[in-house]
Amino acid sequence: MSGVFAPAPGRAPMRSVVASQIRMELTLTARRGEAVVLAMGVPLLVLLGAGLTEVTNVPGDDRLAFVVPGVLALTVMSTAFTGQAITTGYERSYGVLKRLGASPLTRPGLLFAKTAAVLGLIVVQLIALAAVGLAVGWRPHFEAVLPALGVTVLATAAYSGLALLMASLLRPEATTGAATLIYVLMLAAGGIMFAAPDLGTFGWFVLPLAAHAEALRETLSYGGSVPTAIWLSLGAWALVLVTAAAKKFRWE
Amino acid sequence: MTDAVEVRDVVVRYGDTTAVDGVSLTVPRGRVLSLLGHNGAGKTSLLQVCEGFRRADGGTARVLGLDPVGDHDALMPRLGIMLQSGGVYPWATAGEILRLFASFAAAPLDVEMLLDRLGLRKFERTRWRRLSGGEQQRLSLAVALVGRPELVFLDEPTAGMDTEARHTTWRLIEELRADGVSVLLTTHLLDEAERLADEVVIMRSGVVAATGTPAELTAAAGIDLLEVRADPGLVPDSRLADLKVTETTPGEYAIAGALDAAVISDVLGWFAAKDAQVTAVNTRRRTLEDVYLALTTGEKTKVSR
Repeated sequence: MSGVFAPAPGRAPMRSVVASQIRMELTLTARRGEAVVLAMGVPLLVLLGAGLTEVTNVPGDDRLAFVVPGVLALTVMSTAFTGQAITTGYERSYGVLKRLGASPLTRPGLLFAKTAAVLGLIVVQLIALAAVGLAVGWRPHFEAVLPALGVTVLATAAYSGLALLMASLLRPEATTGAATLIYVLMLAAGGIMFAAPDLGTFGWFVLPLAAHAEALRETLSYGGSVPTAIWLSLGAWALVLVTAAAKKFRWE
Repeated sequence: MTDAVEVRDVVVRYGDTTAVDGVSLTVPRGRVLSLLGHNGAGKTSLLQVCEGFRRADGGTARVLGLDPVGDHDALMPRLGIMLQSGGVYPWATAGEILRLFASFAAAPLDVEMLLDRLGLRKFERTRWRRLSGGEQQRLSLAVALVGRPELVFLDEPTAGMDTEARHTTWRLIEELRADGVSVLLTTHLLDEAERLADEVVIMRSGVVAATGTPAELTAAAGIDLLEVRADPGLVPDSRLADLKVTETTPGEYAIAGALDAAVISDVLGWFAAKDAQVTAVNTRRRTLEDVYLALTTGEKTKVSR
């Protein structure tokens, strides 16, 4: 008897369990860096195409003030929703989630780690895209960055919740297809390249992308504040989708 | 203290198919129980219930006194689970994976020691998808053990391993038992079950076909084969009517039946009466393999208790 394997079970403090998982998620994200850069291709094309040429009609005379915040919002959706859903779907089919489910990492712990990791990635992407915006003449109001960040966190949580929910309910191939389709639809109808159909406040509640883009325009482009209806819309989306994801999330 | 695993009348169904049909078993603390059976016998389904990945469609399963589904969060830190097919980030390296799971535990085993013990040192920087099947298995075993669990579930632990790795794994499992870890493992390898298990549960088509220690299972019928080498072409007569005598090759006789000392003496007496020159006599007890094949191919035996 060596005593090496004498049982001493127990979970590390939850904070360090989650921190390890976030580190792993970010390591793996960095490892497929080319995919992350490619995912920024569409937002970048939209930024330069719709921002610098007259290919689309946008409201107001300042094209960049309209287009750049929209592109930032689109990137958040692309990474937190489309990317997250596809990655998680495949992790399920590889059995990775099951393996994690057979560990001390809890369900809320994994959902939190996945959302936090994706938020970290989004911050880097937004800084890069905002820098391109600045370089081509976008003049943002830096003093309004905090509320912009606030709505971005809410939007990330909502998208990530929807992504994890979809990856729990659909097969990975179906998840990939649906996530891509929703991305394309939102790109067209979300008020990014051209004005969304004017549905007023109601539109903000049905199209979180449009609400998020509008909030970023109000703050970053015009130095204003986020309309209360948008706070409510994104807050409600985040609450509902994260709760649903936590309820429906399956390890297997 | 409660038993490590207590399964009562568990039923698992997939649609119209019943994978597990009323299985009961107990793993006492510090013991090794081996679930033996063909592929599709229901071993993995039963394990899934114990691990909390499936709810039983009937019956109950308690693991360390807890409900595997309802008490998932309380149970997982105390279990070490080795899944049948890998299930690890394909792009992460072996070292990263093992350290991730070590970091989840309050008092993990030394990762360096595990890498060395399981021969994974060379692959520390190799990504999962580049590991061979046997290497993936060894890493999965390391992941199962790193949290110093009190109970481990090992689903086909040595599948895909070469002979050396298989023996390393066996020694490791023996060490786990010596250190007081309870083990429930599934296998279709008879030598694995015979060597490791305190108790073997043979499953066939979702039900328990036999239960017992390897010795009990093999000793139940005593000697069941007598082999005699003598002159070829002897024809058994009424004196040996209760036995099944076959001349397997010319001059080699296999005699099966209730072979106690008196009967063996009768058999040899018969050869003597025939004036045969007996050059070899050999008795064979049945092995776990004989029991297993008899049970799993549908013949009735008397070893169930």
